Amino acid sequence: MSTRIGTVFGQELRQARRNLWVILATAVLGLFALALALFGAGQGSGLKVDVLTLTAVSLATLSVYLIPLIALLMSYDSISGEVERGSLALTFATPVRRWEVFVGKFLAQTVAVCVAILIAFGTVGCIIGFLAEVSQEGVYAWLRLMLSAGGLGAIFVGTGLMLSALTGRTARAAAAAVGVWLLLVVLYDVALLGAIMAAGEGIFSTHVFPWLVIANPADAFRLYNLAMIDAAPVAGIDGLSQTLPFPPVAALAALGLWLMATIAIGSARTKRIVP
Amino acid sequence: MTAILDINALCLSFGGQKVLDDVSLSVQPGERLALLGHNGAGKSTLFKTVLGFLRPSSGTVAVAGHAPGSNPAREALNYLPEVVSFQRNLSGREVLSYFSGLRGTPKTEVSDLLARVGLLDAADRPVGAYSKGMRQRLGLAQALIGAPRLLLLDEPTSGLDPVSRHEFYEVIADAAARGSAVLLSSHGLEEVQDKTDRIAILARGQLKAEGTLADLAQEAGLPITIRISAKPGAADDLHGEFGGRRINGCRLDLDCGQGTKVDLLARLGRHQDRLRDIEICPPGLTDIYRHFSRMGPTEDQI
Repeated sequence: MSTRIGTVFGQELRQARRNLWVILATAVLGLFALALALFGAGQGSGLKVDVLTLTAVSLATLSVYLIPLIALLMSYDSISGEVERGSLALTFATPVRRWEVFVGKFLAQTVAVCVAILIAFGTVGCIIGFLAEVSQEGVYAWLRLMLSAGGLGAIFVGTGLMLSALTGRTARAAAAAVGVWLLLVVLYDVALLGAIMAAGEGIFSTHVFPWLVIANPADAFRLYNLAMIDAAPVAGIDGLSQTLPFPPVAALAALGLWLMATIAIGSARTKRIVP
Repeated sequence: MTAILDINALCLSFGGQKVLDDVSLSVQPGERLALLGHNGAGKSTLFKTVLGFLRPSSGTVAVAGHAPGSNPAREALNYLPEVVSFQRNLSGREVLSYFSGLRGTPKTEVSDLLARVGLLDAADRPVGAYSKGMRQRLGLAQALIGAPRLLLLDEPTSGLDPVSRHEFYEVIADAAARGSAVLLSSHGLEEVQDKTDRIAILARGQLKAEGTLADLAQEAGLPITIRISAKPGAADDLHGEFGGRRINGCRLDLDCGQGTKVDLLARLGRHQDRLRDIEICPPGLTDIYRHFSRMGPTEDQI
């Protein structure tokens, strides 16, 4: 079992490297992080928090857009593309179990995303530490950001692969990936804001709304990072981070549930593919 | 010996249309069976059923005694699809290492396989730079990993030049000699003549004939054509006496069975003074193939 997953894993990781996905993702994330760090350094002296904390807050908000996009782009074609090219028929004819193919692909692409995040955010973190005063709280915020960003990447790699297995066609998988990104990253927040405006103060805003926020992995990620930072300058939905009815770690549990769901559904669906 | 592949009364329908209709055949270890049929005759569907990708509507398939698609069945067989495509940015060696890893066979086998299909020199070049023939040979090497008990080759030589084709069949013969049962599909009888042990002809999902080439020729019972060239002016007399088909002013075609051939030739011999040439044309492979693939009530014109 481990040999077969390892084989799929090695093959996928090699693909991600040769297709320059890792380098591209690292460059994009690194440049954005650097830009935010410089912006934070520019205004940091006027606030009571250090540059690292400030950048972690703004980077958490930006990562919600970028990391799902990178993860979905890397994964949406992975199964449907192989169905269309006919190479999956060859793989499925071997003794490899179907779920092993799904899990091997998932692990490899997750590693690719995580490596990009670690290199990009790690480098920028070091640059900030080199240029400005750094508090212990800032270092923790930065580490939490890197780890939870990896988790967010894993969820969206799992989602992309699941969509790829569900649709079985690259064009449809692309459409579904774009749709999911828009829905979870953009439209969900807009809808929630609309709902809370309409509902006003009451049961909805205190008891239902927080749960709806962490039901979305993108919001759960941002909420976790912001709620862990006391001095975070926040607004809008993120204002919730200071009045949560549950500990911030619950947001991590929500991320874990999402991850397990995508892998379970994706693996089950991969079993039913006719290559 | 027990059959490695045993297909019994297999039927398969897509949306009410029968793609495979009551197909039964079996392949023994070391035996090569050619499955002939036109495009759409059901060949690829049959392969996908044996692989367990498609579920039969009725009938049974057993691969080394196991249900198609089950783990032991997949361990017993190797497959080369009709259109083979590998990741373009991997080298031939990496492709084989991947499949070797999935089958759990030693990686040391890879170089040996590359040598067997003549790709050792190109082993470390990316597959994207391979010619069609090279990609097909890489596909064959992939299908030979781990000494498979059953080789499923779906039109393995389509689009190959005659020399590559010949080499391809040599590798397949070698695999059969090592004990693999081989089921391969093809478009034409000429191609698999002398290259396989038995032939099965599939048309519109039905198995029309099965046996050695000699069996098929005999079963078809197609007439032998005797082609006569007459001396000037003699063709009319000969046509009057022997019947047959006039081709032009001096040529005449006579059909006869295997049993009456010698007799007919003896009678022709008595008209030696009127004949310029006699040519004996036994039924060709194409004739035999067309005879079987066009049989049946819903005969379509080709």
